[in-house]
Formats: sequence, structure tokens, C-alpha cells
Amino acid sequence: MTMRVFGSGIRRREDPRLITGRASYTDDIKLQGMAHAAILRSPYAHARIRSVDTSGVEGQPGVLAVFTGEDTDGVLNGIPCAWLIPESDLKTPDHPAIAKDRVRYVGDAVAVVVAESRYEAEDALERIEVDYEPLEVVVSPREAAQDGAPQIHDDVPNNVAFTWALAGGDTDEAFSNADVTVGDTIMLQRLIANAMEPRSAIAQWVGPTGDLTLWSTSQNPHIARFLTSVVTGVPEHKVRVIAPEVGGGFGSKIPYYPDEAVTAFCSMKLGIPVKWTETRSEDYQITTQGRDHVEEVEMAATSDGKITGLRTTVYAGLGAYLSTASPGIPTILHGLMYSGPYDIPNISGTIYGVFNNGAPVDAYRGAGRPEATMLIERLVDLLAAKLDVDPVEVRRKNFIPAFEDGHDVATGITYDSGDYNATLDICLDAADYASLRARQADARKEGRHVGIGVGTYVEICGLGPSQVAGAVGFQGGLWESAIVRFHPTGKVNVMVGSSPHGQGEETTFAQIVAGEVGVDVDDVEVIHGDTDITPMGWGTYGSRTTAVSGAAVAVATRKIKEKSKALAAHLLEAAAEDIEYEGGRFFVRGSPDQHKTIQDIALMANVAWDMPEGMEPGLEASAFYDPPNFTYPFGAHLAVVEVDAQTGHVELQQYYAVDDCGVQINPMIVEGQVHGGVVQGAGPALWEGAVYDDDGQLLTGSMLDYALPRADLLPEIEVLSNTTPSPHHPLGVKGIGEAGTIASTAAVYNAVMDALRPLGVSGVDMPLTPEKVWRAINQSQNGG
Amino acid sequence: MKVPVEMTINGRSYCGEVEPRQLLVHFIREEAGLTGTKVGCDTSQCGSCTVRLDGIGVKSCTALTVQADGSSITTIEGLSDGVELHPLQEAFWNKHGLQCGFCTPGMILAAAELLRTNPSPTRDEIRHGLEGNICRCTGYQNIVLAVEEAAGKMGGS
Amino acid sequence: MYASQTTYHRAGSVSEAVRLLSENEGAKILAGGHSLIPLMKLRLSSPEALVDIGRIESLKGITGKDGAVCIGALATHAEIASSDVVSERVPLLAEAAGKVGDPAVRNRGTIGGNVSHADPSSDLPTVLTALDASYCVTGPGGERTIAAADFATGLLETALGENEVLTCVCVPSEPSGSGSAYVKFSHPASRYAVLGAAAVLTADGGRCSSASVAIGGVEPMAARSASAEAALAGSDLSDGALDAAAAAVCGDFGDNVLEDIFASSEYRKAMGPVYVRRALCEARARMG
Repeated sequence: MTMRVFGSGIRRREDPRLITGRASYTDDIKLQGMAHAAILRSPYAHARIRSVDTSGVEGQPGVLAVFTGEDTDGVLNGIPCAWLIPESDLKTPDHPAIAKDRVRYVGDAVAVVVAESRYEAEDALERIEVDYEPLEVVVSPREAAQDGAPQIHDDVPNNVAFTWALAGGDTDEAFSNADVTVGDTIMLQRLIANAMEPRSAIAQWVGPTGDLTLWSTSQNPHIARFLTSVVTGVPEHKVRVIAPEVGGGFGSKIPYYPDEAVTAFCSMKLGIPVKWTETRSEDYQITTQGRDHVEEVEMAATSDGKITGLRTTVYAGLGAYLSTASPGIPTILHGLMYSGPYDIPNISGTIYGVFNNGAPVDAYRGAGRPEATMLIERLVDLLAAKLDVDPVEVRRKNFIPAFEDGHDVATGITYDSGDYNATLDICLDAADYASLRARQADARKEGRHVGIGVGTYVEICGLGPSQVAGAVGFQGGLWESAIVRFHPTGKVNVMVGSSPHGQGEETTFAQIVAGEVGVDVDDVEVIHGDTDITPMGWGTYGSRTTAVSGAAVAVATRKIKEKSKALAAHLLEAAAEDIEYEGGRFFVRGSPDQHKTIQDIALMANVAWDMPEGMEPGLEASAFYDPPNFTYPFGAHLAVVEVDAQTGHVELQQYYAVDDCGVQINPMIVEGQVHGGVVQGAGPALWEGAVYDDDGQLLTGSMLDYALPRADLLPEIEVLSNTTPSPHHPLGVKGIGEAGTIASTAAVYNAVMDALRPLGVSGVDMPLTPEKVWRAINQSQNGG
Repeated sequence: MKVPVEMTINGRSYCGEVEPRQLLVHFIREEAGLTGTKVGCDTSQCGSCTVRLDGIGVKSCTALTVQADGSSITTIEGLSDGVELHPLQEAFWNKHGLQCGFCTPGMILAAAELLRTNPSPTRDEIRHGLEGNICRCTGYQNIVLAVEEAAGKMGGS
Repeated sequence: MYASQTTYHRAGSVSEAVRLLSENEGAKILAGGHSLIPLMKLRLSSPEALVDIGRIESLKGITGKDGAVCIGALATHAEIASSDVVSERVPLLAEAAGKVGDPAVRNRGTIGGNVSHADPSSDLPTVLTALDASYCVTGPGGERTIAAADFATGLLETALGENEVLTCVCVPSEPSGSGSAYVKFSHPASRYAVLGAAAVLTADGGRCSSASVAIGGVEPMAARSASAEAALAGSDLSDGALDAAAAAVCGDFGDNVLEDIFASSEYRKAMGPVYVRRALCEARARMG
């Protein structure tokens, strides 16, 4: 009896190389004759460049070349935006790889030095003289959109890159008829992704053949190849992008950056391989950040707590330039999710995408959905407080009842399946909610401030049907492809176009193959990340890899199975309809002794000595999977905190996560994704936030100031789940990469507000640092 | 002005002439070619560069190569022969104590340092023992379980 | 991450270190490197020369002397935190040393480097000030001793003369029967002390016979709180007495209170009494 592989928490196949230091990340690669690039970056958030004098660099030790915007101008095309949302008057100002006339954020590239060593390149940077004329700066997205704000791009009035509106039902009517309304202004601060591996690129140009190879820390090497071709002009078939081991991304390694283009430019100019790796401080300045929303939100309801309307105005900071996917994040992935798990008949929103003098903002884990979940869950808690009822009861009253095959919400999308009460029930049971509330009451009597917060959510993932991608302006498809290749010995290679970087799909995809045709997981090797040897794919983001790429693997493997059945019938001299399959064996119905294993079939198909009429040799199949709909995972999380009212310190004491991501291929990996996601969402509630001063200087410029969650600040997270299969997915899976992050910011925030409510505090901007909490308590206690 | 140095890394001897300003982590990665040791930050916060220097866990981004002259260093590549895993490596694998793997070499070396000074730590002590290492993927939970498992296997010795 | 060019000079003795410092203008002393190298990596410090004192044997070791502990400048935080003689005689220092940075930092950072850097957010200057430690330094003009309270002269500035080397920190033993505590408000990112409060309490016949209170992180230098100490002296160390003493610390803060994006000066000032109160309470509980 073989162990059930699909659905079991087996150890990961990628780990042996990672735990022994044998994995090769981009910066670990050393090519023969490779030189090193360092990029000079603007110290001003907004300035005109009067001149760049590189004469001091010439003849410096080890220096091979120095280039400025004058050199790249007309050679490199602008860095493109690839999500052109429709019906939004989107403006796409030019984004040069190296600034020539004007810089728009601290970190904007001004020049690049190539030298024999990085130390020498850094020495040379200090000898470049740039004459800047500082210009006025604007940081807040809401202020940037006002009349009279400094203009960041001359052709974008009021810095508004787009205005995108959404309307379902009649929101004005709902608000005018409402018994109660609640509202708030929610600041979702800028976040720095902090993938532990800094971004890096190595470009190798072979002039005589016209081949450009780019090793890159990318979540989507095929998109990177396409955009490298667009920016450098090297034809797409002569560009090879390799994403080797990639050390986390969380969205920040989706975009195509100026730095990759500049590295390629240097290699093409010099004819030698060139490496560029960002320092962490550089990463903080230039790598895309997340969130940056100012959300003016309100909710209408009846006196018994039924939500009747939701209305928002959102100023979404985009940073100084449009990044690859940035317009789609605060719109398609945010506004369309305003219904959450609730039945809200009337929803409207206006979203302004606004340029400001900071690093470009793009997808960051959850991308749009944490921002939506936060505002919905915040308003639900405010509503509960106003009605003086338990916040759990308001949720129950408004949940969409369980459904198995489609539910339309007012924002115009159709959820696939859901059972929101079920996850909440599991969560409250696990946490023993009644006891928690009793404990809280006891603590309050002792003058201690314990808070309990709930965050429920629905998210959109498994992006997505390509037809929808086109309809919403995504300049690509959203299907995935896979090749499953059986070798004569019965061992298997799976080539996928997606590009996992920590999520464990080398294991889960092997489990899919093993589950479909009964090979041992260790006999399957999953290959990804190299555009020359993997089929086309759109990449790993949006919790889509298992959902979409995994489906392609399953469909391809099912084709293998069909062919195997036909070949087995031929070899066993039986009719195909009489062949049955079980546990890796094909046999004649009723005669299990007469069988061929999948390995027998692989050998016979590959040698092709005895094939049925018309059957091609080999045992290989490919599949292109374009999902019929998005998937909509959901869940309920609960956080318990205690606030030290004297100092404002918040201690996160307990955390429960119940997620329904459909069918689980490897529960151990699912649980790991939830752990990491929860902590990444708790971070911005309590500690994380990029802070720019009024001059656009990044005050949280390193890990000394930007507070990342550490082991000693966190409680153990209890992870539970429920399974509501996706009705339209070949394996019933939905996706789990972002769920934790989407729920936890709201759960932790609500818990702190719950703790502070008896002190008269109803709102504090995130992150809830000790001083901010202390100030809020003081102000409230002093009648302020 | 370069300075001659020699040191033993993972039992092999390395010598060369280095600039005084060179960080030890750069010697390990660039000169010795042992790229398992990572650079994750530039402010001595993340711990990805943790190695064992003369038996003690240190951040190799916060030491100059010249300071390590004459020393003996163990990196992740030298913690085991790669076939027979060190109990910590095995436990990180068993407990899913890693995702992207970038922080993992430093995290394992930091965990080894913790167990050197406290062979039977509580979970809370493990969390504090790892406060100098940042992981962005795992939320630390499975790392804590992995260190706990390894401590048990190493018999608290 | 890529420091500027520099030259390197390894000193075999304190006198050689002093000579190398004198010979190399713009030289900085390198010991554990945990204050200097982070600055060099970001090119916030670009010394023309480094004088490495890390191998000078006479600067190593921790020894108990009459009523005191003498700690070589090269003793690491980890060595201090785990030293039996330190734990027995000056447990306050052991406690604070165990709270510096993180384990790897404690393994390499030295007491000499730490106090010479004179960072007000560092832990050791606060407790050494509370403990009336003295610093032995050697320079071209010979040896001298500087009291901890006089050592830091400003933010990142010390009384160390040009070409002087800190060789040893001498800490008087805490009085027998006393209780001490160091309570730290740790910055969640940097792990430096946003605020650190140190207290040593001794009682005689139910009355406080001596009290030492020091605070770091609030002002440019760690400092004793004379007002709090005066309030404690002769008191019964009751909750009310601790409250009064803690409240008194505010009066000792000058105009130059530190501030950054994480904690404003107003907040730091307000936290002073809170953390002093907690340190006093803990110290009282530890009195034997």
C-alpha cells in the first residue's frame, strides 16, 4: 500500500540544497570576466539635474566605464507600465532607466559606474559631481492630488495618474435611508517588502551572436524577458532570462526595474558580463513598496446591524513613476473586493491613483486586498461599537450564506464558493471566544487592557482568466503552461512557466503528478525559472501558482494518463475501455495481475517498439491552462492583545487563523504560508511603516529604523482550516499565499482598538507604535 | 595597501592579500567562493551572514577579513558534509523551517550558537536566541519548532 | 556595505597602539568593530587608518579585585553577561550586558568599544554610570582614570584624549544586601535602548541607605538622577516612595532631550518616570 501523496504534508524537495548552502541565488553567480556595477542615486526627492560631471571618475582604479542618462537616452526605451486599466484616463509618463533632466524620488538613478570590483565602483561613485536644482516635494497622496501641489510630471495635472470609479446598486440612496452610518479615514502606510534576498541582476551580452542572458531576481522571468526585449530592443527570442534561486519576493520582484535594464545596457556597451546587486539601503529607496492609501470610508446600516451601503474615496500613492502593475493594484484587486464576505447591496468607490515623491508603489503581498479588508473590517467593528453589539454578531448577520457554485456581489464579480460562517465558527471555537471575553472582562476589572479582534475576509486569487485580464487592461495573459515529460526509466521532469521562490511548488507539483499517475514524488523533478527551457508562463504572484500553474500540471498529467491507458490497452491486447487504473498500474478490468506500471508504459512509449497505429512515440504532454474564473479563498482570524496603558506598548499574545483555500495539496506548506502571511500582516499593524519626511527623505532607510517582525515579538499562531473546493478548478484548489496577510492586519488592529475602547480611544493610525498608542490614550483621558 | 591573511574555513586553509576594508563575508563569498553565507542587510541587523568564528557565532558582515586572520571559520557548507545532515539542518527540513531559504544558513548558524550556550532552550528562549536573525517567510514558528526538535536530538549536549 | 579605503595596523601592546595612533593621523581604534564597522559600511565613517587592538592580551579578561571587578576593554558583552564574578559582584552589569543587541553582537562587541562610542542609546553606559564605574585609559602622557559620569562629554563624544586607549573598566561591587535592576525599552528594529533605566538600592533597618538611579536614551549622555536619588535616600522604599522618586526624574532632564521618528522627546521624557519606577520596583524585589 503506497502512502497517499497528494494531500499529505511531506517534506519539501527544494530543502536539501537550501539547508546546506548549496543553492545558487543570483548574487552567488560569478561569471568569467564579470565586472560590477554601482548606481549613483539622487539624494533629492525632486530636483532638476543641471549637470552631471563624471570626469573625476576617469582613470580611477578598476573603473571600466561610467554612463549617465545622456548615454542611455534613445538607446534604452522607457520602463513600461503593463497594467493599463481601462475607463480611467490613465496617464503613463515617461520613466527613463537613468534620469537625464529631472529626478523624482530619492534613489532615482543618475549614473552608473562599472568597475572590476564593487568596492572600486562605489569609490568611483563618490567622484561624480551632480548639480541639482531642488524642486518642491509632495509625499502624501491626498495632498499630492490637491490643486497647487508640486507637479511631479508636467503632463499629469494634479499628479492624478488615473481616476477609477466603481458603483453597484444605489449607494446614495442607501446612505440617505440609513439608520446608522459609521466612517473613518484610514491611513494604510507605505510598506517595504523586505524579501531577504536583495534584488540582483547579471547581464551577459554576446555581441557576435546578439544573445542577451539576464540572471534576475524575478518572480516572473517570462514577463522579464518580454520587457527586457521592449526596453533594450534585443529581439525576444534572443533574450534569455534566468531566475535562479530567488529569495522571496512578496510582489517586489514582479516589476521590471530600471536597474535590470541598466545592467543589460552596461554589458552590451562593454561586451562583458556585468553584475549589479542592491544593498539593503538601496533596496529601501528603490524597490517597489506597498499600500500607501488614504482611505475615506463610510458604511450605512439598519439599526439592527444589516449593512446597506459602503462608500469610499481612496487616494492611492503610486510613487514617482508607474511600476509594472501598479495601476491594477488599488483598482481591480482592491475596489472589486469591497463586498468582502458580506452581502452589501450598494457599494461605490472612487480611487485616485496619485504620483508622489517616493519609491514606486506596486504589488505587495495581498496587493489591494489587505487594503480592502482593512477598511471593511474596520467599519464593521465601528458599526458594532456604535450599535453596542458584539462585532462577531454583526459579521454573522451580514455574511453571504454558504454557496457552492457562484455568488454575485455588488462590485460585479462572482465568487466561486464560500462558507464564511464555517470558518468563523471554527475560529471562535478554537479560541474559545466566550472564555476570551470573560477573561477580558476580568482583566478590565484589574485595570488591564486586553483586546480581542476579528478579521474575516474573502480574497481574489488564482489570477485569472486571460479574457478578464484583457478586459481589465493587463497587458498580458494570465494562463499558465506545463510540460510533463516521462523519461524511459519512468522518471519525470515537469517544466513550468511560473517561477516559485519559496512557496514550495517543486514539492506540491511533484505531489500533483504523483497523485495523478502514481509515480514516487522523488521521481519527479520540477524545473522552473529559465525562459530557454520552460514553457511560457506569466509568473508567481497573486496566490496563483498552485491554482493556475498547478492546474496546468494536473491537466498535462491527465493527458499522460490517457495516453498511457491507450498504450497499456495495446500492450495488454485489450480494449481501451476495459483498462482500469489504480495506484500507478494500468490493468484489464477484473484481471489486476495483467497490468503495466506507469514505468513500463514510459519505457515502451520512449523506445516505441510496439506502438498502436497512429500513436506518437514518447510520453510527454503539455497543457495550457486558462482558468474559467478567479478563485476566492476566505477565512476568519482572531487576535488577542494586551496594551500597557502606561507606555503604549502592545503585546500580541494569541493568534488564531482559519483559512479555507479549497483542497490542500500539502497541508504543511499551507500552514507555513499562513504563518508567514499572518506575521507579514501583523507587522504593519504594530511595527512596520516606511516614513518619508516632508522633503521626501526616507527616514526609515534601513533595518535599524524599519521594524520588521522578529521571533521574540510574536506569539505562536494556531492554524486551522476548512475545505470548500473551488467548483471550477481541476483539483479544487484556490490558493493560500496571501491569505494570512490579508486577514491579520485588520484582526490585530481591531484587537488593539477593542483593548483601547474603554479608555475612550477609537482610532489610531498604523503602525500602532507605543508612542502613538500612548498619545491616543493621553488625549482621550485628558478630554482631548 | 593590501594585507596578507590566512585562515581556515570548513577545515580548508585559505590565504591571500586583502584590502583592510574588506568585510569578512566578502572574503568568504568572493575569495573562498562559499556563497552559502548571505548578505541580507548593511546594518548588522538581519543575521543572514552568521558564521562560526573560532567556535562562536558572529555576523560576518560586521568583521573585517583582517580581523579574522589566523582564525578558524565554519560556514553552512561546513556544518555537515551535505550527505549526513547536521541535526539542525535535518530539523529545519522536517519542520518546514524555511521557505525561500535565503535567511536559512544564517538562521541555522544562529540556532547552533544558541544550542552551544543553551542546549535545552524553552520555546521562549529560542525566540530570544534568534532575535538577531530576520526571516520574512516563515513567521518564525516552524523555525522555533525545528530548533526545539534539534535540541532534543542533540540530547541537550 | 562597501567601506572606503583605509590602512591597517595591528597593535601588539597598548603602548604600540598609542604609538600607532600618534603616527597615523585620522586613525580609529578597532576592537570588536561593532560600533565602527557599521558606520564604515555606510561610509558614515571613513577613517584613514585602523589600529587594531583586538589581539592585545593585556586588554582581555575579567578579574575580581578588592570590592570591585576589573573588566578588560576587550571583554565582550557575552563574556560579561556570563561571567560568574560579574554576576556575583555587579549583577546589574551582567543584566545589561545580556540585553545588548542580539547574541551574535554580544559575542563580538566589546565593553571598551561600546563605552568609547558614547552612544546614549547603548545599555552599558547607563549601568556603568549607575555603578560609579571608572575607566582606565592610556595615552602618550601615561595612564589616568576617568569616572563613568565624566566619560561621555556629549552625543558620541568622550573625554578620551587624542591617541588615548581605553584599557579597563573598573566597577565597584554592588553593596551587600542591595538590589539592582536594568529595565530596557528596546527599539523593535535596532534593539538599541529607546530608554534604559538602572537602579541600585540598599537598605538599612528598613530605610534606604543608598540609591543610585541612572537613565540612558533620554539625553545625549546617560546620567544619574540626583532628584530621584535624593527622594529615595532615607525613605522606606514603599510604593509611595518609589512613585515620588520616579516622578522626580523629570526635573533632572535638561532641554536637550533626544528625539527620533520612533520616540519624540516629549514621549521619552514621559517614559523616564515609568521606566525608573519599574527599575526601582524590580531592584527592591531583588534586595536580599
